[in-house]
Amino acid sequence: MLRTRIIPILQLIDESLVKTVKFDKYGYIGDPVNTVRIFNELEVDELAFVDIRASKENRGPNFEVLHHIADECFMPLSYGGGINTLDVAKKIFSLGFEKLILNTASFLKPELITEIAKIYGSQAVVVAVDVKKNLLGKYEVYSLSGTQNQKKKPVEWVKHVEALGAGEILLTSIDREGTWKGLDIDLIKQVSESSNLPVIAHGGGGTLEDIEDAVKKGKASAVALGSMLVYQGKDLGVLVNFPDKIKLEQILSF
Amino acid sequence: MITIVDYGLGNLGSVLNMMKKIGAQAQITSDLDTLSRAKKILLPGVGAFDAAMEELSGSELRKILDQKATVEKVPVLGICLGMQLLTRGSEEGQLQGLNWIPAFTYKFPASHLKVPHMGWNYVKLSTPSPLTENFDKEFRFYFVHSYYVKADSEQNSILCTNYGVTFDSGIQRDNIFGAQFHPEKSHRFGMQLFKNFAKL
Repeated sequence: MLRTRIIPILQLIDESLVKTVKFDKYGYIGDPVNTVRIFNELEVDELAFVDIRASKENRGPNFEVLHHIADECFMPLSYGGGINTLDVAKKIFSLGFEKLILNTASFLKPELITEIAKIYGSQAVVVAVDVKKNLLGKYEVYSLSGTQNQKKKPVEWVKHVEALGAGEILLTSIDREGTWKGLDIDLIKQVSESSNLPVIAHGGGGTLEDIEDAVKKGKASAVALGSMLVYQGKDLGVLVNFPDKIKLEQILSF
Repeated sequence: MITIVDYGLGNLGSVLNMMKKIGAQAQITSDLDTLSRAKKILLPGVGAFDAAMEELSGSELRKILDQKATVEKVPVLGICLGMQLLTRGSEEGQLQGLNWIPAFTYKFPASHLKVPHMGWNYVKLSTPSPLTENFDKEFRFYFVHSYYVKADSEQNSILCTNYGVTFDSGIQRDNIFGAQFHPEKSHRFGMQLFKNFAKL
């Protein structure tokens, strides 16, 4: 049977690798291509790259960096950030990425989801659903690097983008992102149980137990990890790493 | 030299990258003359069955491919949709397949399992083949597909995988091979398969 995917999610600002906390302040991690080489050696399941400022700074993806990344990668690759036309999408596919991640465009240009899915298949379109809790404790979906409240409920929004042709959901808790406090199991469960799409849970993962909870309690199809894979530990220095494979298999077996 | 057929579908750059990495000579071509001189052919493919068959059949391309595969008997490897095209046909489409291997392509039955079958899965060796040399039981590959192949006879199955149903993730008939997964996205496991194909 399928293995549960554990996906390093790496944040870019143009050509630098960074890591944010709650989508806000960030630290430099280093060079993306070197990092890719390390994850290649570690034989990770899949890699996701997101340029966290591309839409906000109204610039396109850095194709040169993406080209170098794809040349080094012998695993499934996805990219998000600043994808706002079909031509941009085509160019990224042609570099060797097989999935595109859309967030801001899913609101500004929802037809792009459908257009990409028609040509490349639904499995090639991941919609990033970035979620924050409001003062009343209700979940709301955000765009533009977590700065624009779209006033949508995650469950309803996921149904909507599924109908448009999305094939997978990257579900991020902005409140937990970069905090090492554990993933938001309630949110993951709500979305996973109400959707047919595979849900990649993201935001807050810091331990093997967090991963186990997201999969077993939250019913996530995959877990994306940021800080845990680029830092030695919370408030410690940069160290690209991956959990022990055998331990991972043990916690992920049902 | 491995000739990768560019008929407008598939992630060819990744395949070429991995060939480079293992030191195999490879070229991407959509040129019919180049293809007709090919010593070894890789047939990639993503997308819909009928769309791919239309691309292959609408030109001289089909004639050359038939000549290479069934008369000259050069080694041919179909990957992902490229493997499904080797069969008689598919529940996904109306058109006939290349029909080089006695097998058919079926839709995954409705169940609690999500379709497409997407992610890493293990392969089990069935009939021994030069394509699967040095594989061990830990071998896993990256899959993305909504339809699966089942060979009519076990002798044409070289690898199988379970996802609700047990299907053939690798098939072979003489010089013609198919792999359902994406070797080019499967780390050293994919490299081993490409090395085996390059050695043929």
